[in-house]
Amino acid sequence: MAPLAALALASGLLSACGGDSGPPELTWYINPDSGGQDAVAEKCSTDDYTISTQVLPQDAGQQRIQLARRLAAKDPEIDLMSIDPPFTAEFADAGFLAEVPQDARSQLEEQGTFKGAMDAATWKDKLVVFPFWSNTQVLWYRKSFVEKAGIDMSKPVTWDQIIDAANENDAKVGVQANKYEGYVVWINALVEGAGGHILQDADAGVDADITISDDAGKKAAEIIEKLATSEAAPADLSVSNEGTAGSTFGSDAGSFLVNWTYIWTNYDETAPDVADDIGYTRYPQTVEGEESRPPYGGIGIGVSAYSDEKDLALEAAQCLVSPESQGINADLTGNMPASTDGYDYPKLKETFPEDLLQLFQESVDAAAPRTVTPYWSDVSGSIQNIWHPPRSVDTDTPEQSKVFIEDVLKGDDLL
Amino acid sequence: MSTTTAPETPTRTKDKAKAIASDRTAAENRLGLKLVAPAVVLMLLVTAWPMIQALYLSLFRYRLTAPDDRAFVGVDNYLTILSDDQFWKSTLTTLLIMVVTVAVELVIGFAFAMVMHRIVFARGLMRTSILIPYGIITVVSAFAWQFAFSLNNGFVNAWFSWLPWIAEDTNWFGDYWHAMFAIMVSEIWKTTPFMALLLLAGLAQVSEDMLEAAKVDGATWWQRLTKVILPNMRAAIMVAVLFRALDAYRIFDNIFVMTKGAEGTQSISFLTYRQVIEQMQLGLGSAMSVLLFLSVLLLAWLIVKLFRVDLAQARGEG
Repeated sequence: MAPLAALALASGLLSACGGDSGPPELTWYINPDSGGQDAVAEKCSTDDYTISTQVLPQDAGQQRIQLARRLAAKDPEIDLMSIDPPFTAEFADAGFLAEVPQDARSQLEEQGTFKGAMDAATWKDKLVVFPFWSNTQVLWYRKSFVEKAGIDMSKPVTWDQIIDAANENDAKVGVQANKYEGYVVWINALVEGAGGHILQDADAGVDADITISDDAGKKAAEIIEKLATSEAAPADLSVSNEGTAGSTFGSDAGSFLVNWTYIWTNYDETAPDVADDIGYTRYPQTVEGEESRPPYGGIGIGVSAYSDEKDLALEAAQCLVSPESQGINADLTGNMPASTDGYDYPKLKETFPEDLLQLFQESVDAAAPRTVTPYWSDVSGSIQNIWHPPRSVDTDTPEQSKVFIEDVLKGDDLL
Repeated sequence: MSTTTAPETPTRTKDKAKAIASDRTAAENRLGLKLVAPAVVLMLLVTAWPMIQALYLSLFRYRLTAPDDRAFVGVDNYLTILSDDQFWKSTLTTLLIMVVTVAVELVIGFAFAMVMHRIVFARGLMRTSILIPYGIITVVSAFAWQFAFSLNNGFVNAWFSWLPWIAEDTNWFGDYWHAMFAIMVSEIWKTTPFMALLLLAGLAQVSEDMLEAAKVDGATWWQRLTKVILPNMRAAIMVAVLFRALDAYRIFDNIFVMTKGAEGTQSISFLTYRQVIEQMQLGLGSAMSVLLFLSVLLLAWLIVKLFRVDLAQARGEG
């Protein structure tokens, strides 16, 4: 009996830590960042509750797995969580998320939350997460390089142009092409930039219309093939992610880089000469003359349907996504606000030049989110399987991936 | 020169045991059963129950994030898996890793075992240093080797670029064979000490008298190794091969850390992980786990039969 008694005592002690003394603690599962979400959690803690953070894995796919497994087991310890947009639909469809109440919705609309952010946060006409930050990619370039190569960056540039320029001048183009979600972000932007979509009619679930094999998909495959087989491809292309692409860009062979907003402050401390040499412009066009569709990323804050403190968590989430909170987070992490009011946070104007902030907002407006479907992880995983490694991509790749996605969705093929 | 093996001790047969069973031994046996009962029940709870549940789940289409969609599909999941090329490709990759790593480990492990057995000075230090890699967690070893082979900050390219097939910018995780090489190096580095340890136990069983006798008869070093030492270690070698082969067949950590299954390097365990954990396909994933379990059983049976491993003898119960 002694061990049992000890166990009972221990669990009693543990539960005592959680609650009885002081206000209830809300646990917010966050994606790793440089302290922005911690700062916001502290700011939004009140006399009624304190918000503590727990860090999820680095990789978006791993974040999804950890959260989904806990939620499927109805873990009451999760109150708030930072969710990557492509997985919002899956979580909402499984009933993991509490609906955002009407007054919070009005507040989000009032503060000028971007349409793309609202769309990504909506599943079956219900708002299921609070848009917190909205990120997008722009084309970063080395001023010294474009001068040498003689490219006019004041006009929109195409992928063909930047690959050729890098190729002719012994430089490397930084992209994300490891076998992970980031690679699909790139593919999606290329496909959307050519006026196509990876899939349509997402409401049909597993019977959705897979359209990656259309002309737009072929154009995307051409660009990837062109880069992968040219001298402009970094040696680590097939394992490149945001970080390694940033290193390529910062090296002597750096020329162009597509990457998220936080790159602006990335070199300030480690390589000030690179920081001075960074230029920026709109994401490159897939097809000349057709407006580019930059990638859309970000984080929405979801409230767990299984939380013991759901009402408090909903209240807390409202504070976490206030314009000021979005501004504080953006200033600390470089992850841009999800609303126009958030962009008014004074300190942002000190860190980022005015025209860059404008470019960010314009890009978020034009951005093409990944299709909202509860089966996104299957679609994305299938694309990664067929389109990776990049050097294997050719004009047949889109058709192969269409067949494979359909088989995987119907459960006829392993992923 | 003919092969010399130590005479086998005759094994006690069941009949004999029965004949000498007195009331006292019968009572002891009953007590023994009672004493192991709690452990057996516990084992059933923690191992048999999940296995039965996996078997049950494998007959359903069941996804954790779409629980309402659950439906009984019979053996469909098994048919899907067995007719899928990815399953067979992963099986081949897994078998390749198993055969190559076990073969290399056997050779290096034997050399290490000889060193540990024969060394006179700094014996403790030497044995400890050989065993260190085995004490390191596989995930840590995988990360260490991933950094070593990394294009951006690894030392392998920098140190070995004088070799004709390695350049300053060789991307070790950029194609199948390079990636497989890196994965196998990590696997071999980490588990060779285990192999060496099992072989050391076998070496210790080889009688010094026989070696002395062979020496007196004028046997060379090579003859003593192949005609005396190895034949007498057969049981230990086979057990080492069996253990390592089954371990290697379930390889997961190195692949997960180093390539995440990219470039066709996914093993059977990794493919199973993707179905159960990433896709949350409990039905399909359970079917894969069942197949993985059956293939491990088959492999164990094949090795035991093919190499005529006598497990009882290897445990010293002979």
